[in-house]
Amino acid sequence: MKVAVCIKQVPDTSEVKLDKTTNTLIRDGIPSIINPYDLHALEAALFMRDQTGGSVTVLTMGPPQAEDALREAVALGADEAILLTDRAFAGSDTLATSKTLAAAIRTLKADLVVCGKQAIDGDTAQVGPEVAEFLGIPHVAYVRKIESVSPEMIRVQRLMDDGYDVVEAGAPVLLTVVKELNTPRMPSLKGKMKAKKMEIRRMTAADLGVPTGELGLQGSPTQVNRVFTPEVRAERQSLSGTLEEQLDTLVGELKKTNCFC
Amino acid sequence: MFIRVNVENCVGCQACLDSCPYDAIMMQGDVAVILETCQLCRACLSACPEGAIQEVEEAGDLKPDTPDDAGAGVMVYAEQRHGQLAGVATELLGAGRRLVEQIRERRGDTTLLSAVLIGGDPLLAEELGLYGADRVYHASGPLLEAFHDEAYSDVLASAIREAQPEVVLAGATAIGRSFLPRVAARLGTGLTADCTSLEMDENGKNLLQVRPAWGGNIMASILTPHRRPQMATVRPRVMKALAPEDGRKAEVVSLDGTSCTARARVVDFVKEVSMKVNIAEADVIVAGGRGVGKDGFAMLTELAELLNGTVGASRAAVDEGWIPYGHQVGQTGKTVCPKLYIACGISGAVQHLVGMQSSDTIVAINKNPDAPIFNVATYGIVGDVKEVLPMFIRKLKEARA
Repeated sequence: MKVAVCIKQVPDTSEVKLDKTTNTLIRDGIPSIINPYDLHALEAALFMRDQTGGSVTVLTMGPPQAEDALREAVALGADEAILLTDRAFAGSDTLATSKTLAAAIRTLKADLVVCGKQAIDGDTAQVGPEVAEFLGIPHVAYVRKIESVSPEMIRVQRLMDDGYDVVEAGAPVLLTVVKELNTPRMPSLKGKMKAKKMEIRRMTAADLGVPTGELGLQGSPTQVNRVFTPEVRAERQSLSGTLEEQLDTLVGELKKTNCFC
Repeated sequence: MFIRVNVENCVGCQACLDSCPYDAIMMQGDVAVILETCQLCRACLSACPEGAIQEVEEAGDLKPDTPDDAGAGVMVYAEQRHGQLAGVATELLGAGRRLVEQIRERRGDTTLLSAVLIGGDPLLAEELGLYGADRVYHASGPLLEAFHDEAYSDVLASAIREAQPEVVLAGATAIGRSFLPRVAARLGTGLTADCTSLEMDENGKNLLQVRPAWGGNIMASILTPHRRPQMATVRPRVMKALAPEDGRKAEVVSLDGTSCTARARVVDFVKEVSMKVNIAEADVIVAGGRGVGKDGFAMLTELAELLNGTVGASRAAVDEGWIPYGHQVGQTGKTVCPKLYIACGISGAVQHLVGMQSSDTIVAINKNPDAPIFNVATYGIVGDVKEVLPMFIRKLKEARA
């Protein structure tokens, strides 16, 4: 089975702190990491490769330094890595990103494509399903368990708002996965050695055969009009006195709102 | 405050590009544009020799280009699951009516609010009429009762082709977030995820789509100036549904629901038994963290039941195995916006706060007075949840009686 995994290099937002005076994010010295959901996607891909044979190719679109994320994925067990990097890709929204990734994946003839459910910087969860649409293959989002996998058929559980659906699909299919699915492995020594030496394949806009008007900022229908800091919430109401008095005040206040009746 | 490029003063010198530590500025034609990755660090302000990049308290919106093909009307995907309308369906109709009204005021055009119902009983179509839909496109077929991404995409895309709406809205639910991207990709248009505010611009043409970025620390206002329809998903409970209007009727149009395909097939559904109410739609959430302890969750359940609410949890409590993942609130769980959120023994890591800080009223109970949860709390009680909760439950029972 040939498995492709899409990953994204993101700033480690768990390290991001707010500057209290300006209310902006302090990002100096924040390390870049592989988007946490993508580690679960990679783990799922490695698991399925180990079950059925085949290979895992990991792809990312980003600046040249995104190569670090690919090397980390190789250290974890990926067989091949492709970096999609070109000035023409810059400023891509989800549509342009998906079109770019899909064009690269098409050249791989993958049986299975795996993505994390969303990236922690954008949180849109759109790229996976959009890639599937551009590839003309079905997708299953929010996969929380792989019940069975064979080259002909995969059976998975997908998380819904009220429980889970069991879904079956033949290859090729794209999955987006949640963290509940598995526990990502640690890199092996052998993997680290391989990652160090491995030649990362690079693809540019010219290699993809997509008109440049459909890539990057030009190919992005959505535009940022402006960015701003959210309104600060209403001031905290103080509760004073003994615990019992505090709770009396609280219950009184809650009664005024429609929270309980 | 806002950062904006004054396009009239920008000379296209590109000095700002190098000044930006986040690669969040790009050239579009010969003017600079600021991207969603902007961190509001202000480095570009001093880098611009023309003073064209400004920080302003209240920005008037930039004038976007007029799209070639405007389309007409607002369309809402009215989600049903197991024959029940999702709460977000009526909320979106409320938001849609407001947009239709804004279009009428600002452009003078009278436009329709339509809803697309995929699967479900025809009676649901009538219900959508009561909540504000002028027209309901309804498709039924064997593949449409359970949620099949491809089949749902076929139906919604064909409804959009038929009605040519200028705006399409859907809930940012498991279903909406899964198949709306397919529809947007098929139509080659933009989709903005998880919007918290939607308004038409002053010309009544472009939809101003506001969404949180960077885990809610920054808001971005997004436009889709050149493509139609402008598509957005909206989190449940953010918009307000209108009260149902007795006797209000929508015109019902049947769509073909039998010629769609689905190569991935739903073969079974298992309901989460511990989840009485989906936390994304709950009015009241009582959430517990590490400070509650395994045994403490029984108390949370009692409190939640008393308030007709449901139980949520921080990642720490889920990782400990005290409660299933479906209850997790926060960046790697669900984003919730209830009327009342009671955080018990949750310290309030940024990842948790972004998932709940837009709740109407927040009560925090924590024994550490410096816990960050108190920064977002409306009411804070410093104390051990094991002491506070039993008394809180007793007081509520007394108040109820």
